[in-house]
Amino acid sequence: MAIGFDQALGVHPQALLLRGKRAELLADNLANSDTPGFKARDIDFKQVLSQVNEQQTGKKLPLQQTHQDHLTGLRQQGDADLLYRVPIQPAIDGNTVDTQQEYSIYARNAMDYQSTFEFVNSSFKGLTKAIKGQ
Amino acid sequence: MALVNVFNIAGSGMSAQSVRINTVASNIANAETVSSSIDQTYRARYPVFTAISPQQQNVSFNQLLHEQQPQTEKGVMVKAIVESKAPLQRRYEPEHPMANDEGYVFYPNINVVEQMTDMISASRSFQTNVEIMNTAKTMLQKVLTLGQ
Repeated sequence: MAIGFDQALGVHPQALLLRGKRAELLADNLANSDTPGFKARDIDFKQVLSQVNEQQTGKKLPLQQTHQDHLTGLRQQGDADLLYRVPIQPAIDGNTVDTQQEYSIYARNAMDYQSTFEFVNSSFKGLTKAIKGQ
Repeated sequence: MALVNVFNIAGSGMSAQSVRINTVASNIANAETVSSSIDQTYRARYPVFTAISPQQQNVSFNQLLHEQQPQTEKGVMVKAIVESKAPLQRRYEPEHPMANDEGYVFYPNINVVEQMTDMISASRSFQTNVEIMNTAKTMLQKVLTLGQ
């Protein structure tokens, strides 16, 4: 039985990609912490990843389309919207970036990135061992 | 690679904040620059920040993730440096060498306390961007060890 990379690594590579993109979003929030009228954005990581996971593991059956105009019935993989952060307190210039909050979320995201990386890395190590036959 | 973009974003934040510190330095240095007419007096300068990418309403994360949408640049930039419209300080100092015929000299519309708080705010934001860059660097370095 062949072991594909997808089966061996599971959802973790996708999670790593998602974490990287989220880091970009949060960095953009922080860079614009002094921009008037800027609205902080973020994603619901849990929701996006669970959608990706459902598609991968096939828990949800895709709708069979016999015509190109048929609706897909399922949302596309990882199709989550960029959400707006709800500010704790209003700012005079309309900016909704709470630097301390954003920074703590960024740090948390970086930690999660590293732990996800460890999962991928150890899976790779396991595969390497299997290939070498040790 | 998303993490590489973090460097560009944090870098744009750092350069914007350094422009802000520059204007503060210029304002404080010229806080006592007097002149005898309104037109020639130094006025406080402030940078106007704006987000590089216009906030997109309906771009899903899927499009962003798989880059079906043309990759939009993110970050912050200095749109312009504007002069403050606050009234100048007119003081009656007839003995001052720069005094006009009526004995008045004009001082810039700079509040040094305001400038100092602006400077502290800019320096804190700069530090945050440096930390963002450092963390992204650690994350990228970790990725480079994949499989080792």
